[in-house]
Amino acid sequence: MGNKPYNEMYLGDATTRPHYRSYDQWLNDQPADRLSQKRAEADALFHRVGITFAVYGQEEGAERLIPFDIVPRVLPLEEWIRLEGGLKQRVRALNAFIHDIYHDQQILKAGVIPAEQVLCNSQYRPEMQGVDVPGGIYAHIAGIDIVRDDAGEFRVLEDNLRVPSGVSYMLENRKMMMRLFPELFSAHRVAPVDHYPDVLLDNLRSVAPTGVADPTVVLMTAGAHNSAYFEHAFLAQQMGIELVEGQDLFVRDEAVFMRTTQGPQRVDVIYRRIDDDFLDPLVFRPDSMLGVPGLLTAYRAGRITIANAIGTGVADDKSIYPYVPEMIRFYLGQAPMIGNVHTWMLRKKEDLDYVLAHLPELVVKEVHGAGGYGMLIGPASTKAEIEAFRQQIIATPERYIAQPTLALSTCPTFAGLGLAPRHIDLRPFVLSGRDVTIVPGGLTRVALREGSLVVNSSQGGGTKDTWVLEA
Amino acid sequence: MLSRTADHLYWMSRYIERAESLARLVDAHYRMSLLPHSGDTLAQSLSATMTALHMEEAYLERHETIEPRAVFEFVSLDREYSGSIFSCLRAARENARAVRGSLTSELWETLNSTWLDARTLVARSSPNADIGQFVEWVKERSHLTRGVTIGTMLRDEAFHFTRIGTFLERADSTARILTAHQIDLKPGADAGAVPDPFEWSVLLRALSAFEVYRRVYRDVITPLKVAQLLILRDDMPRSLLRCCKEVYQNLKSVANEHSAETERRAGEMHAMLHFTRMENILATGLPEFLEQFLASLRDLGDRIASDFLLPPAEA
Repeated sequence: MGNKPYNEMYLGDATTRPHYRSYDQWLNDQPADRLSQKRAEADALFHRVGITFAVYGQEEGAERLIPFDIVPRVLPLEEWIRLEGGLKQRVRALNAFIHDIYHDQQILKAGVIPAEQVLCNSQYRPEMQGVDVPGGIYAHIAGIDIVRDDAGEFRVLEDNLRVPSGVSYMLENRKMMMRLFPELFSAHRVAPVDHYPDVLLDNLRSVAPTGVADPTVVLMTAGAHNSAYFEHAFLAQQMGIELVEGQDLFVRDEAVFMRTTQGPQRVDVIYRRIDDDFLDPLVFRPDSMLGVPGLLTAYRAGRITIANAIGTGVADDKSIYPYVPEMIRFYLGQAPMIGNVHTWMLRKKEDLDYVLAHLPELVVKEVHGAGGYGMLIGPASTKAEIEAFRQQIIATPERYIAQPTLALSTCPTFAGLGLAPRHIDLRPFVLSGRDVTIVPGGLTRVALREGSLVVNSSQGGGTKDTWVLEA
Repeated sequence: MLSRTADHLYWMSRYIERAESLARLVDAHYRMSLLPHSGDTLAQSLSATMTALHMEEAYLERHETIEPRAVFEFVSLDREYSGSIFSCLRAARENARAVRGSLTSELWETLNSTWLDARTLVARSSPNADIGQFVEWVKERSHLTRGVTIGTMLRDEAFHFTRIGTFLERADSTARILTAHQIDLKPGADAGAVPDPFEWSVLLRALSAFEVYRRVYRDVITPLKVAQLLILRDDMPRSLLRCCKEVYQNLKSVANEHSAETERRAGEMHAMLHFTRMENILATGLPEFLEQFLASLRDLGDRIASDFLLPPAEA
């Protein structure tokens, strides 16, 4: 750890950063009880609206709120513009990479990435080899996790290219802030985010199979017990499209239809929020009750667009992540505008030796883990925990990567009776179709426990409204 | 619209309507229990009502005798019994949650907070819980839900399936309550005043028809007029004729290429109630008439399910 984390609001002890000055002034003018009353109001509203998520491993049907913090995370426009450029660049390169992997594999032939790293990856889908998708776009919706290090530099922590979630919280948090504190929005020029569903729908329509003039788009969910069900229902409603489950769809003559009260209706684009494994029981998991038999046949015949495409997981795996800067150079001929976090790959002998010698100061992650499960945070772990993890690493080193324990930047957050700094990250949502677009900001996640670096909602993280200030 | 969505909307509104019907029944009997010397009539009425609603068996698994207080709590608050008001509110909310994107946010929030509040109320309920207050609250929430439905929903298929669910359930409820009261009228029977006004006021209150009766007939309560009001009056919101008319009209708005026969049968039920007279019904016998009516209603429900809600694969 060592260095002091970057504080998003304050410079040193007494100075407020320029883009937070007017907010800080407002904050100081608020009577203490007004803010706690507003926080209670926010909780009651979230409950009534049913903005909840289900927690895996808990009692069936358990629904919980994601804690919402009323102090916004503010980004000045010039920082956002830099970030936006870097994100677009990165996602373009990732899409080019996936296309290449499922076609000529030039990047492997050039020796930039070891072939076995890609072809032996469990997320590589041989079924996709040689399949052309509209516009060559695979990751139509990407959630790129960004952190800010102690030097104030943005870095990419993780790419989420399968079924990234959280955008509904970005939208609901803004709605909530505007409801609770309208005066803040007349005093600040906050870039709007509420057009996201329109941009998303437009993006999905732009990648419909060729020749479809007025494409029918649907959102596919695993159902009301899925942890992100609220978001699925919310987005379908906001876009005005049907929210379907596998049982609502069927394939006939290589085309996909949904069962409606007026008979079968053709579907052209599926925005799916279930994993590859469950999409088509004839090809992937035969026990999947969530999928549509024959979907892959229709897909390979080019009669339906699936967003995100099948097989994008090969590019967001933690074992591929260290190569993304190389992809940007290889496909775009550009220098990466946002860097990675330094990563040791434990399948390499010298990296493994270094990491085993420095476990107490590092973060070790499972290559296929997600949601903050299966990781070791050295500085926050006991000796016994570290030793237990060491044995796991030695048994299967190729399953792990390690990174320095980042001093994630902090933002003032309500904790107990008053404000205290808590670590945050940022997940902007990058949409690729005809163009690459990003709604300003994204979802800021905050680790609510003091000192904690884990921002995942499944591990006690909360969220904040994210402001890009236009002036 | 997706068949599955229509199915959830249909059941959502059936469960809300069922919760309200049960609340009315409990309310009417509860008021009766507050009157002196109501004991025998009350027990008889409760027993007959539970039989007509097929609730008796589940009740007797939990209690030995029909005891008013225990019946009220069982019907209102029982968490395990799937037919209780509490369970209906949960089922309505679960169906709404499955299709929340097809509801207006006001409607979803109404159903969701009804459920959240019901959970709090039932968790807090003491042995002396105020049943009267609970069922009053359920009726209010049902009124609110209906108002929000009518006031905010687009008049599209979603709305029509919601209405079909409401009126099928309501027709079913009215027919069952009439059945429970065993109005034994012979053709040409003397239409004199009823012997036990207590029992009859319960019946009328349970269908929100007590004040309506006075207003329409300005007379003492006679069995013939009660039956007429609850079966054949087009302007009585819970009468069989009114409910069948609403089902038929909403069904016409969602017709598809398979549904002609279903529509015809709904039209037939409506026409029969519209053009018949009490004498004809009495000639059949009221209990027999109600039995046939409930069977036709069940048939209609099954046909709606197979035409619209759960079409066979690749239909």
